[in-house]
Amino acid sequence: MRRLLPHPLLTLTLVILWLLLVNQLSAGHLVLGALLGWLIPFVTSPFWPEQIRIRHPLTLLHYLGILILDIVRGSFHVARLILRGPARLRPVFVEVPLALKTDLAISLLANTISLTPGTVSAHLSADKRTLIVHTLDTGDAEALVAEIKQRYEVPLKKIFEEADESC
Amino acid sequence: MIDILLSLLILTGAIFTFIGSLGLARLRDFYTRLHGPTKATTLGVGCLLIASALYFSVRDEGVSVHEVLVTLFLFITAPVSAHLLAKAALHLKVRSLAPTPAPDSEAPSDPDFQRNPAD
Repeated sequence: MRRLLPHPLLTLTLVILWLLLVNQLSAGHLVLGALLGWLIPFVTSPFWPEQIRIRHPLTLLHYLGILILDIVRGSFHVARLILRGPARLRPVFVEVPLALKTDLAISLLANTISLTPGTVSAHLSADKRTLIVHTLDTGDAEALVAEIKQRYEVPLKKIFEEADESC
Repeated sequence: MIDILLSLLILTGAIFTFIGSLGLARLRDFYTRLHGPTKATTLGVGCLLIASALYFSVRDEGVSVHEVLVTLFLFITAPVSAHLLAKAALHLKVRSLAPTPAPDSEAPSDPDFQRNPAD
């Protein structure tokens, strides 16, 4: 089973992606999508060393909700900062110590940071322990780090890594 | 009714895209300039895409979902390109308004910041 279908989640994603691409739902496209969804993970499986497991789907949905809300909020925030003029910005680099271990969770955290209010992830140290983040405007760097950890890292850890913690 | 909603969405999208570009022009250093295009523009393009999806769903009597894909790809690629640009800028020590993290503290743990002496 594992050798025939190495990444069920990836397969499902590819099928949905294919149906979205052709923009219609028909049996023929479903079969074609399923074929591609099976073939692509099968051929590229050497590039996917770790099995992706989502442990709390509801938390993931909640996380996506927060993310969309924060993208909207962040856009207004950044728009206001730009209109107010560049002279009053207080840009700072902060280092966020990471509690996440898996590559997928770290890259998702970095993406989240780049998509949300006034922050861009700039650099991940080679030991994957700290992420350097550039913020557009902040008065309190420590509060920002705490917010990133509390708001994004905790749910990501719960979604992708919780079972690893217990062992 | 739908026309008003569509116009509102397109206007909002256009305004945010414009502000993003304005940020690119007005801000003072490379890192702060990164913020405008990655965020204000994301919402701007998002609004335009929602408007497009709505318009084609109403007109063609079938749900148009191409836009979902565009949004998805945009949200995946925008942060990655921003991250790589910032990383390259840190590596090249581009002038910055914020104090950049000291390369020395990076060097022992990070081969990216350390030139190989043999080279």
